[in-house]
Amino acid sequence: MSTQITETETETETESTHQKRRLAEKHARADMRERAKADLSEAEESVKIKVFRYDPEVEGKKDPRFDTFRVPFTKGMTILDALIYARDHFDSSLTFRHSCRQAICGSDALFVNGRQRLGCKTQMSDLEWPVRIEPLPHAEVVKDLVVDMEHFYDQMESVEPFFQTNEIPSGELEEQRQTRENREKVKMSTRCIWCAACMSSCNIAAGDNEYLGPAAINKAYRFAMDEREGEEMKEHRLNIIEQEHGVWRCQTQFSCTVVCPKDIPLTEHIQELKREAVKSNLKFW
Amino acid sequence: MTLHEHDVIVVGAGGAGLRAAIAAHEEGSDVAMVTKLHPVRSHTGAAEGGINAALRDGDDWELHAYDTMKGSDYLGDAPAIETLAQDSPEEVIQLEHWGMPFSREEDGRVSQRPFGGLSFPRTTYAGAETGHHLLHTMYEQVVKRGIKVYDEFYVSRLAVTDHDDPEERSCHGCVAYDIKSGEIVGFRATDGVILATGGDGQVYDHTTNAVANTGDGPAMAYRAGVPVEDMEFVQFHPTTLPSTGVLISEGVRGEGGILYNREGERFMFEYGYANNAGELASRDVVARAELTEVNEGRGINDEYVYLDMRHLGEERIVDRLENIIHLAEDFEGVDPLVEPMPVKPGQHYHMGGIETDENGETCIEGLYAAGECACASVHGSNRLGGNALPELIVLGARAGRHAAGTDLGEAGVPTGPSAKSEDETDLDTPVQPGALDVDDSDVAADGALVEPIDVVEHAVEAERERVRQLLERDGTNHAEIREDLQKAMTENVNVFRNEDGLKRALEVIRECRERYQDVAVSDPSRTFNTDLIHTIETRNLIDVAETITLGALARNEFRGAHWRQEYQERRDDEWLKHTMIAWNDGSPDLYYKPVILEGENKEYEPKVRSY
Ligand SMILES: Cc1cc2nc3c(=O)[nH]c(=O)nc-3n(C[C@H](O)[C@H](O)[C@H](O)COP(=O)(O)OP(=O)(O)OC[C@H]3O[C@@H](n4cnc5c(N)ncnc54)[C@H](O)[C@@H]3O)c2cc1C
Ligand code: SF4
Ligand code: FES
Repeated sequence: MSTQITETETETETESTHQKRRLAEKHARADMRERAKADLSEAEESVKIKVFRYDPEVEGKKDPRFDTFRVPFTKGMTILDALIYARDHFDSSLTFRHSCRQAICGSDALFVNGRQRLGCKTQMSDLEWPVRIEPLPHAEVVKDLVVDMEHFYDQMESVEPFFQTNEIPSGELEEQRQTRENREKVKMSTRCIWCAACMSSCNIAAGDNEYLGPAAINKAYRFAMDEREGEEMKEHRLNIIEQEHGVWRCQTQFSCTVVCPKDIPLTEHIQELKREAVKSNLKFW
Repeated sequence: MTLHEHDVIVVGAGGAGLRAAIAAHEEGSDVAMVTKLHPVRSHTGAAEGGINAALRDGDDWELHAYDTMKGSDYLGDAPAIETLAQDSPEEVIQLEHWGMPFSREEDGRVSQRPFGGLSFPRTTYAGAETGHHLLHTMYEQVVKRGIKVYDEFYVSRLAVTDHDDPEERSCHGCVAYDIKSGEIVGFRATDGVILATGGDGQVYDHTTNAVANTGDGPAMAYRAGVPVEDMEFVQFHPTTLPSTGVLISEGVRGEGGILYNREGERFMFEYGYANNAGELASRDVVARAELTEVNEGRGINDEYVYLDMRHLGEERIVDRLENIIHLAEDFEGVDPLVEPMPVKPGQHYHMGGIETDENGETCIEGLYAAGECACASVHGSNRLGGNALPELIVLGARAGRHAAGTDLGEAGVPTGPSAKSEDETDLDTPVQPGALDVDDSDVAADGALVEPIDVVEHAVEAERERVRQLLERDGTNHAEIREDLQKAMTENVNVFRNEDGLKRALEVIRECRERYQDVAVSDPSRTFNTDLIHTIETRNLIDVAETITLGALARNEFRGAHWRQEYQERRDDEWLKHTMIAWNDGSPDLYYKPVILEGENKEYEPKVRSY
């Protein structure tokens, strides 16, 4: 299913049908809300977030909708903080992935105010309010803000994403040498946290399900450019990314580069691989 | 009933779990990983600093072992520490051969840098993101080998036989909840289960740990009968951002960053916390100083102090500490070139954990543990920076090999209640710790279950019943219980500890346990029910919190990370021993086992830990 739906608002203040489970539960929720309200009156400001909701299994959530939550605003608050607040104080069924809270685990790429962003790395104060939070576009929604990542992982794993070389030194405790320049060359490409923001932003990937996508190509770049793998392996790697659904699909729209939370120059890397592929083809001509 | 069968099951896919799986695979085992997060989401990715390993001329494993023993404040076990120091060079070079992008010297060799408490610059690093590269490099190797990964499977119970004596029990697998489908499935491990579930910082309300670091491994192993060791030793980091717990590295103070309070006083000097070292004093000293400032009303918003680096100048900051600018901006909304950064102490690392020997084996046959969830013990009462990552790869690899059937020789560290040297007899607790209902134990209690498959099936049934109840009954939400628990821990079992506070914490923990009896999950869905997962985690947090507090109350001395107001000295005559807590089917048993200071070639002589 797609996330491109028209917005139908459901305030959490109105009891929706599926939540009328039992009296006791209502009390518990009322309690929760009391606590939240007390916090709200203390806070100087509050911010509204409109969050996409969908659950294939639960009556009332089978049709996607948006819920609006009003959360107290504090300095330094991120999108993820607001979601956690809403979940822990208003609706414990609100579902999203998150873990590290510091832009390293790559769990919480979301579609916020119409752009792919990491929830934990996006300051509330940098956005226009109310803030609209949706799951990543062009991916199957599992529930609320959680999308199915399998396709992304498959693409990542299709480019032989592991180091391969025939040049391991034989000496005991001897490392392979690598120049500082070469390490610097691959540095940005090694920063990827598999968040899938780039893939979600890419028009080509949206139209061609088999397109490797920016992150997987970047992964290939990371190894192809690593001098420790050797020339032969580089040829092999270039063959992989030259396939039908590889680098030549990219139309340099830069959307991936714009959204990458790790500032990886994805489009540049893809372009460079294209040039390398041309060079190596000429060599064998 | 869905049942998966493998030779070795690794629970957790951070640095320790990945290394263990690769090692078991290399020994020819059919190994599978079961993990609640996709491997690359594990918190190993957050480590910045580096990996200690004696790689260079002028350095050797004995120096590394000595530094580690001294750093541990003589509470580490020599066989484990020496294994760590001996194996880490080879393991680090192995990572290099797997392509890990280490920082490089002019000559192309991997770079090393100095770190606190080390007599040689042996911290091997990959930029400011060593953990990220270590995690990804090893996951790449798992992909290469085609090792099966069950990702987003939450392991909630071990399948262990029900012999009275934990040392006679065997582990035959575990039970997991398939987060996407809601199905509860069994995992049968013919050769062993390795727990590698990482830290448990969520016991506190402010931590550098991830939200997923909830101590599931220690709690499950503990309830299955494995003792937990030295749980009172928790490391706090003095400079974390108040709103998220994101760590601001020592580098800022190393470059000349200044700490000051609300009055604009440079309190480390002004109030004599560390007249010589000032901001560069050790982690625990700085953390206590900051909290004292806040407690005495000189904090900002009664919560934090300021760390200022503006005087270093933009050029130097951008050159040396660029990542700090981003961290402060992204996670705190503060531009450290323009204003000082708010910082406060946060939980950082747990030295204590599941008791194992230096082969990663617990006292239950077929059950192993490695990484931060385990305690071998290499860190004793205080971990040195850069010593956790080598622990993941060294002990992870050993656990993997051992589970796969490789003979690693007899372990030097004894495990299980039979290693007991002494009972704790006069611990005065205000409330009864442990289970409310003495039958509340994770081992099958309905007769002699010994057939492996029966043990696994029984565990699956028990878990289905538990989840059904949680989903169907009425009750309160776990979030409030978790919040109250975390607050009580931060207030009373923090860098400052005294008898009254610890007892208060035990009372709150007891209350949390009682309230947990009525906990219910309000999300009725089977699909990706994080409400359910978090509810199960909260129970684990309660068990872990209790063991930390009990250990802290028992230990009447100041050693390493454990500070007691009433006891301001390290007391070697009485306390060169590990605090052990066994679940004992619900009524916890606190006892001790001696520290092993006898190394391969020498005996480590306790000295004053001063730098
Ligand atoms: C900010 C920070 C910086 C650090 N810097 C350094 C450093 O510079 N040098 C150093 O040596 N150490 C450092 N450390 C410490 C070190 O990084 C950690 O101790 C270490 O990474 C823990 O690794 P692990 O494999 O044990 O656990 P983790 O990497 O946390 O992995 C745990 C795994 O267990 C899984 N899991 C947990 N519970 C379950 C369950 N119930 N069911 C299924 N799966 C489960 C998770 O999915 C995850 O895959 C740092 C720590 C932090 C927080
Ligand atoms: S390349 Fe950037 S946007 Fe794409 S998955 Fe990696 S970190 Fe995310
Ligand atoms: S929570 Fe880990 S990247 Fe945002």
